[in-house]
Order: sequence, then C-alpha cells, then structure tokens
Amino acid sequence: MAAKDTYIAVETPPLASGSPAPENSQQKPKPASRKSPATSGRKLGRKALLAINFGSVAAGLGAWTALSAAGVVGLPGPVEVLIRAGEVFADGTLAEDTGASLARVLSGFLLGSLLAVPVGFLMGWYQVGRAIIEPWVQFFRTIPPLALLPLVMVTMGIGETPKIFVIFLAAFLSCVISTYQGVVSVDKTLINAARVLGADSMIIFRRVVVPASSPFILVGMRIGLGAGWATVVAAELIAAPNGLGMRMQQAQQFYDMPTILVNVIVIGILGLLMDRLLLMIEAHLTRWQERR
Amino acid sequence: MTTTTSKAMIRFEDLRQEFTLTGNTFTALDGVSLDIADGEFVTVVGPSGCGKSTMLNAAAGLLDPTSGRVMVDDREVDGPSTRTGVIFQQYALFPWLTVRKNVEFGLELKKVPAKERRVIVDHYLELVGLTRFAEALPKELSGGMKQRCAIARAYAVNPEILLMDEPFGALDALTRVHMQEQLLKTWTQERRTVMFVTHDVDESVFLASRVIVMAARPGRIFKEIKIDLPYPRTEEMRLSDEFARLRTQVWEAVYHQPGVAEAHQ
Ligand SMILES: Nc1ncnc2c1ncn2[C@@H]1O[C@H](COP(=O)(O)OP(=O)(O)OP(=O)(O)O)[C@@H](O)[C@H]1O
Ligand SMILES: [Mg+2]
Repeated sequence: MAAKDTYIAVETPPLASGSPAPENSQQKPKPASRKSPATSGRKLGRKALLAINFGSVAAGLGAWTALSAAGVVGLPGPVEVLIRAGEVFADGTLAEDTGASLARVLSGFLLGSLLAVPVGFLMGWYQVGRAIIEPWVQFFRTIPPLALLPLVMVTMGIGETPKIFVIFLAAFLSCVISTYQGVVSVDKTLINAARVLGADSMIIFRRVVVPASSPFILVGMRIGLGAGWATVVAAELIAAPNGLGMRMQQAQQFYDMPTILVNVIVIGILGLLMDRLLLMIEAHLTRWQERR
Repeated sequence: MTTTTSKAMIRFEDLRQEFTLTGNTFTALDGVSLDIADGEFVTVVGPSGCGKSTMLNAAAGLLDPTSGRVMVDDREVDGPSTRTGVIFQQYALFPWLTVRKNVEFGLELKKVPAKERRVIVDHYLELVGLTRFAEALPKELSGGMKQRCAIARAYAVNPEILLMDEPFGALDALTRVHMQEQLLKTWTQERRTVMFVTHDVDESVFLASRVIVMAARPGRIFKEIKIDLPYPRTEEMRLSDEFARLRTQVWEAVYHQPGVAEAHQ
C-alpha cells in the first residue's frame, strides 16, 4: 500500500551538506519518488495496461472468493463484506469513522506541512538555522512517530491532541527534509541570474528559491501524507472513541471479520485517493520541470 | 580604429581569484589586469578552464576576489548592479516562467509599467526571433532558443555594460552570424561597453576592437591583439586578407601557447 513505499522514499534523499551543484547543471536534480519509466522492453498501449490492471484486480477478487468458499481461516467473501459495508454505511458509523480518521490525518498533515515549509527554508537558507535545527530533525527522523505515542499519551492525555500530534510529527519530519533538500539544491546560476537583474534577497527567495524548491516540497508533502495516514490508523488502535482503526480494534474483540475487512479496504482506498490527488496537484504545479 | 583614449569603464586591477574545493586551493585567475574603455567591444578567448567565466563573473559582482579588485566606472564592484547585464554560459533561464515572463523579469523588478513592459518584451522577442514562442516554457526550447531567450532577457533591461559568456555558443552557423550582426548593429548605435567571451576565433576577431587571449593554469592574460578593422564590420571583411591575418594571429596565440599542446594530447 501507499504508506510502505513512502517510508523507503524517506530514506533516499541523503541530507547533503550544502555542497555546490556542478557548474553546468542546467537540469535540476529531480526529487526521488516519481513514476519510474517502464523497465521492460516493449511498450504497451495505455488501454492494454488498463485492461491488465482490471484483470489483475478481478483475479484477486476471484482468488479471495475461492479462499473464503474453501473456508480458509474463516475468511468472509467479497459479497459478505459488501453487505457489511452497506450496513455500516446505512447506520452512519462508516461516515463517522471515516470523518474522524480523515479529520485527524488532515489536521496533523496540514499543521505539519505548514510548519515544515518555513522551517525547511530556514534550514536551507541560513547556516545558523541549519546548525540549530538539523540535529533535532535527524534525531527524530530515526524514531517511528508511533514509538512516541506512549510518551505523548502520558503527557497529553488520550484525547485528540496526542493523535494529531504524532501525525503532525510524521508529516512534519518528511516534509521538512524535503523542503530543506529543495532549498540547498537550487541552481546557483539561477540565483545569480536574478541578482544581476536587480533582485534582492527577499525577491530571490520569493521568486527563485520558492518556485525552484516547490517540486521537492510537494514530494515531501506526499510522503508526509502517506506517513500520516499510516500513523493515524495505528494511533487509533491504541485508544480512540471512533475512527477506522478503532472500529477494527473493536471488531477484533468480537471476531467480526467482515467489519475488519470493510475498514481495511476503506483505509486502502482513501490512502490511494489522497495520494493520487496530491500527485495530480504536484504534476500540475511542476509541469515546467524537465522530465527524464 | 578610433579608440579615442576614453576612460576605463571596466578595470581589472591585479585580480586574483582562488577557489577552495574539498580543502584544495585552486587558482582560477592570477594577476589579471585589464582596462576596457567606455564603449569598447572586447572579446576574450582562451582554452577551456582558463578562467574566462570567472573573469566575467568577477566583473558582474558575483565573486569575492581573493585579492585585487574590479572597478566599474571608477567604483569598486562589490555586488551585482542593474547597470551590468549578464548572459550566462548556462543560459540560467527560470524554468517555471514562460519565455515572455523570463524576458520580463528584470523589467518587473525595475517597476516598469505593464504596458511598457509588453512593448519592450515584444521588441526583444522579435529581435531574437522568439515571438512565436513567447508563451513556451524553457523546457520546450532548443539549446539555441534558450540562449536567444537569455540574450533577450539581458538586453531588455537596457544595461550600459554587457557581459556575455559564450552567448552564441549553442547557435547554428546561420543564426550565429545573424546574431553577431544584430549585436554589432545595436552596439554601433548605442556604444555600450561589451565584454564578450567566446571559443570561436573567427567570432572574436569579427566582433572586437581588441581580443584578449588567456592562458590556463593559472588563468591569466596571455596576449592582447588589437583588431584594426573599421566598424561597421561587413561580410566582405570576413574574407579579407587582413581578417585572415588577424585570425591566424589569434589562433596561434590560443592554440600555440605554452602548455596547450600537451594538455590536449
Ligand atoms: N565556483 C567555483 N568553485 C570552484 N572552482 C571553480 C568555480 N568556478 C570556476 N572554478 C574553476 O576555475 C577554473 C576556471 O573556470 P571558468 O569557468 O572561469 O573557465 P572558462 O575559461 O570559462 O572555461 P570554459 O571555456 O570551459 O567555459 C576551472 O578550473 C574551474 O574548475
Ligand atoms: Mg566559461
């Protein structure tokens, strides 16, 4: 699922120690996680690929049906799950849980990204800022946000605050590093070009550094959203009055497999949708970039 | 030519520029002294890595000289100025702005009113032949077109001094000749001071009243060759004996300077 590969992506951009880019680097280094080109030789048409996608999903559903029909581990079939989905949809619990989880993710994510962008700029733009912030970011980056949950719950109680806080942290950390990377890799000749045209630091920042690092920021936000989504579900497993994660936890106590599966699927679909949405925004905002 | 000994517009005074890369100090320029008169057209040639761009960047106020200094109009250069237009070797177009917006950038910073900006931008786009590509993004342009866009951007703010780093390097022969003529035409009309870096010996002779030949390791001025051909320069001049003689002279200074032969074999 989305969250998994995003964690790998967090690892990839090493925190370079502001070394100057090679002089003739007209092309910008592109942020890591972009659609990788088709690796195998022959190119298939869009339609053919889409057909294969559908075939694959259909085959998966078929296998699932077969498994449940064979009575493996008491797995309920797709139809049963669909019926259960209809029920929780009708009685409003699905909407409530989805709303609660989404609200947590979005508030944590927005707060995290909102803070990450200025902090990332501070790190990239001022050496002193970097020297102050970098050790903290590097340290907290190595701790999975969820591992902080017990501590956060002890200090902040079991209300909404600790959950939003860990999501905030997850989103903040991935976005701040990306933003910082973006700022330090801004092509020096672009800054010089602006300077000789009369730009002062404020204008250089606004009109060169911000747009030049926007692709990095957007990738960071995407990773942050994935991390936030992964974190919320787990946070709700521990203690929450509602939410998709909490509902699964509750259902587990009653061996209510259909409910668990409904929630798992909703989590997957929502994660995918949010990622696609940000990807579209990103593609739109950075269409000036030269793609390889 | 009529080099009426007018005052120096750009003056390099014993300029030394070192770069420190991973602990090693590298001398890019050593003891460079040069006067470029007000309204003069000087070209700079020399082997790759001899410090041509470094010299130009120093004049643009983008470097912090290790010792010595650069004076522009009798004032020490301590930062970029809008009096000095620069065309960078790597074009340095803003990739997120359209061609028009790139050319307009400096005018916006100068707070030129929108209507006036439009007229100026249209004029320079026309001059470099990019009118049809005004709304294109840099990624949609060829190398030569990017270079032309960078030229238009520098011209648009109407600087008194033009520092041009191989501005025609990526152009095909035909466009190149056209751009050379356009440049000389505007130069004869307006007499801006031009410092023009090139790899092309023909170009250096055709454009300049003086060719500065540099040597590498450390970067320094090796020779100055006066080009006593009258302006306006014409196509016939390119075929003249005098032109051939000067070209040979520059060629020999560039390619038969001590050290070059070994370095390239
Ligand atoms: N910012 C920098 N940091 C470190 N070294 C530099 C820097 N700028 C230039 N140099 C070095 O200084 C030397 C001169 O570079 P410069 O770009 O001025 O050469 P050039 O004559 O313009 O070459 P070319 O014809 O290839 O453009 C080179 O060896 C280069 O590696
Ligand atoms: Mg150069």
